[in-house]
Amino acid sequence: MITLKLNGKDHQLDVTEDMPLLWAIRDVAGYNGTKFGCGMGLCGACTIHIDGAPARSCITPIGSVQGQAISTIDALHADPVGQVVQQAWLDTAVAQCGYCQGGQIMSATALLKSNPNPSDEQIEEAMVGNICRCGTYNRIKTAIRQASTHLKEAKA
Amino acid sequence: MSRLPKDFVLSNLSRRGFLKGASATGVLVLAASWGLPDAFAEDKKFGAEGMPHGVIDDPKVYVSIAADGSVTVICNRSEMGQGVRTSLSMVVADELDADWALVKVQQAPADEARFGNQDTDGSRSMRHWYEPMRRCGAAARTMLEQAAAAQWGVAVTECRAQLHKVLHQPSGRELGYGALAAAASALPVPARDSLRLKQASEFRYIGKQASRAIDGADIVNGRAVFGADVHFEGMLYAVVARPPVYGGKVRTVDSSAALKVPGVVKVVAIEGRPLPSEFQPLGGVAVVAKNTWAAIKGREALKIEWDDGPNAGYDSIAYRKELEAAALKPGKVVRSSGNLDDALAKADSTLEAAYYLPHLSQSPMEPMVAVARFKDGQCEAWAPSQAPQVTRERIAERLGIGFDKVTVNITLLGGGFGRKSKPDFVVEAAVLAKEFPGQAIRVQWTREDDIHHSYFHTVSAEYLKAGLNQDGLPSGWLHRTVAPSITALFAPGMTHEAPFEIGMGVTNMAYAVPNMRMENPEATAYARVGWYRSVSNIPHGFAIQSFIDELAHKAGQDPLKYQLKLLGPDRKIDPRTVSDEWNYGESPDRYPIDTARIRTVLETAAKAAGWGRKLPKGRGLGLAVHYSFVTYVAAVIEVEVKDDGTVIVHKADIAVDCGPQINPERIRSQFEGACVMGLGNAMVGEISFKDGKVQQDNFHMYEVARMSLAPKEVAVHLVTPPGEVPLGGVGEPGVPPIAPALCNALFAATGKRIRSLPVRYQLQGWQQAGA
Repeated sequence: MITLKLNGKDHQLDVTEDMPLLWAIRDVAGYNGTKFGCGMGLCGACTIHIDGAPARSCITPIGSVQGQAISTIDALHADPVGQVVQQAWLDTAVAQCGYCQGGQIMSATALLKSNPNPSDEQIEEAMVGNICRCGTYNRIKTAIRQASTHLKEAKA
Repeated sequence: MSRLPKDFVLSNLSRRGFLKGASATGVLVLAASWGLPDAFAEDKKFGAEGMPHGVIDDPKVYVSIAADGSVTVICNRSEMGQGVRTSLSMVVADELDADWALVKVQQAPADEARFGNQDTDGSRSMRHWYEPMRRCGAAARTMLEQAAAAQWGVAVTECRAQLHKVLHQPSGRELGYGALAAAASALPVPARDSLRLKQASEFRYIGKQASRAIDGADIVNGRAVFGADVHFEGMLYAVVARPPVYGGKVRTVDSSAALKVPGVVKVVAIEGRPLPSEFQPLGGVAVVAKNTWAAIKGREALKIEWDDGPNAGYDSIAYRKELEAAALKPGKVVRSSGNLDDALAKADSTLEAAYYLPHLSQSPMEPMVAVARFKDGQCEAWAPSQAPQVTRERIAERLGIGFDKVTVNITLLGGGFGRKSKPDFVVEAAVLAKEFPGQAIRVQWTREDDIHHSYFHTVSAEYLKAGLNQDGLPSGWLHRTVAPSITALFAPGMTHEAPFEIGMGVTNMAYAVPNMRMENPEATAYARVGWYRSVSNIPHGFAIQSFIDELAHKAGQDPLKYQLKLLGPDRKIDPRTVSDEWNYGESPDRYPIDTARIRTVLETAAKAAGWGRKLPKGRGLGLAVHYSFVTYVAAVIEVEVKDDGTVIVHKADIAVDCGPQINPERIRSQFEGACVMGLGNAMVGEISFKDGKVQQDNFHMYEVARMSLAPKEVAVHLVTPPGEVPLGGVGEPGVPPIAPALCNALFAATGKRIRSLPVRYQLQGWQQAGA
């Protein structure tokens, strides 16, 4: 049994230590928002937060994150920055098929938490690991800029 | 009606319709059916009516209203990002005069007898279902008005539905839709020709910006249900080791190590079928486990010796040479006018160019995945499928059970791009489910599986030659296109492009050249070739639009002005007169090729981009236009090429005339996305084969567009055509003009002409090359 601190709760999971977090989260803990896209950390669909930092759950063995706080898109609505990002995504009508967007939003939220006012270059740098096959990149950039503006206004 | 070519049956049917014969009666009969007697031509149907199972516009099938007033609209088409669940529901809601906030959408399971054609492909969903869905909404609205009139004992003419209520104007009484629903549903459906459809000025949602996207909130909260999000208690998980070469088979398998992997439950063989494989599974060995990870580990532990079969020699480098050699020799003539040979002989000068485009894989972000359960002789499946009906048919055939014993539920699709029109992955789940009666089982494809076992975009060589007059305009035009055909999936010996492939830009080319010949030499398919967003328009559009740019430069003329001259006077071309009997399945009378609309999108994109601006060396503008899926699209792309050959796309201006715009927000997003996908195809996209095997494994080797490749700015300009025209397609027509516009811009920036895709490193050292 491995204890996983996931979305604010402890989960006892009967899995091997080498199982990537992605499959533990999806198949065993039952949270579906984190998506499988490549299994090699190449596409970002599986992006989660480990102690607030973005990580690719498909290449992160569950045994390597003992005691760390894992959060997924499923719980992001409870996060104040996450809420702003989600709203910006809706206002900008970013999503097409939507499959990658959970990962995109997790990457964007992590970016805005560490850098509330990113330049276009910084946005690209933070998001270049997240593939969207529908090609929503321009709207993703717009949404991140909008979220950044809202976060600044909320602070002011 | 004109006589039609023998192969029109194939050309007129949907992407799967012509396969019915294949499964039911065998390949030989299928091949024979392509030459049905011409008498049948008199019954030729177009558009939605020409699709298998046609159209249903019964509001009792599609619309239900609950006592609380909530409206549920059934969506018969699959949602893969094109927004069809929102757009079709908007249409119903508008005619129903419903409050959009109270509208819900329910996805139709596979059942074309009930829901009409469900194939979500060919950029047809809105084009074919806009009018039927308007009628559904209008009929439901009329029934609500009738129910209110009956309840009040007044004339129905005094009652008017307005925003979820029916009002009795003389008395000021009103009743909500919820209160009227039960009585309205008991009324007969009004006759089609009695319906009053709204005037455009009355629209609430149609053509307006930004109605709430039906699935938007679920998507941003991670709650949207895609194929892999269907879970059942005690579900099993499988991955499959498939033959690395198309047509290969298992020779021996040792599963002892796999069975020792913790969590692995069973190893099961899946039979393939003799080539060509149609939509059937490729066969192989499935590892079934208690979770996906165990199944993946189990598969790694399998020891399989493969018999690679007849395609083991497929080699992309050698095949390219074959295609290019074939393109230099005469081939089957698919369109001819005037006397080309004479024109070439008498020309002031000639120009020829050869272009090459490699295979691509659709690789939607959601790899193939499906869940199935077999119980009491019945099979139920859940899948992200673009082709619900054919999925249900293939499961029934494969399991040897009746069609009525199969249920196929459609989840959201995490992208499709044509790959999910093929049900091979769902049939795999059904086959495995039968091995575990009563238990749900999910088949998960890894990204490697997806890239290795795609239904690949074709690979092609395109050869063009023009004879030029002194004014620089062509008097003669020769185009040879050589590419393995999708039809090779269904029957042996299919070596020519089908009408639906050749009709994607080759035969229906609209430029005014007096002497033309289009030819299609033979090409044999050694891999599964299938539909990829925009299909054969990609190579054809790239070659033609690159070549016109080359001609303009040879003539020393501005490419825009040259395009407009080459287009000739505004006219409507009957596709039949240019040897295109296919015309995307649409009526040639309703959908002629309108060169004024080509001209307008060209001028619109050029104007928006500031065409003609002087740019410094290393920067350039490129222009291209392509008509496909009965929609007109032009693109101007502005690029910068760094000293090291790195390409930055600064701006893309895309002008679109797709006829009436139902959901403008989604049209814009589709064209933005198509631009990004087109740039990815052109800059980095390539699937290659060696020893019959795909050489790329994952996104580090098969590259697709990332944010860094997207234009810094993209602007979609929606052009409203004059007069009344029917709807055009939206999902696909945005891709074809992008690659040529990009490469024409790269030429303007560097003087280097790109004739072979992807661009990748070809611009390294461009300054030394001395442009």
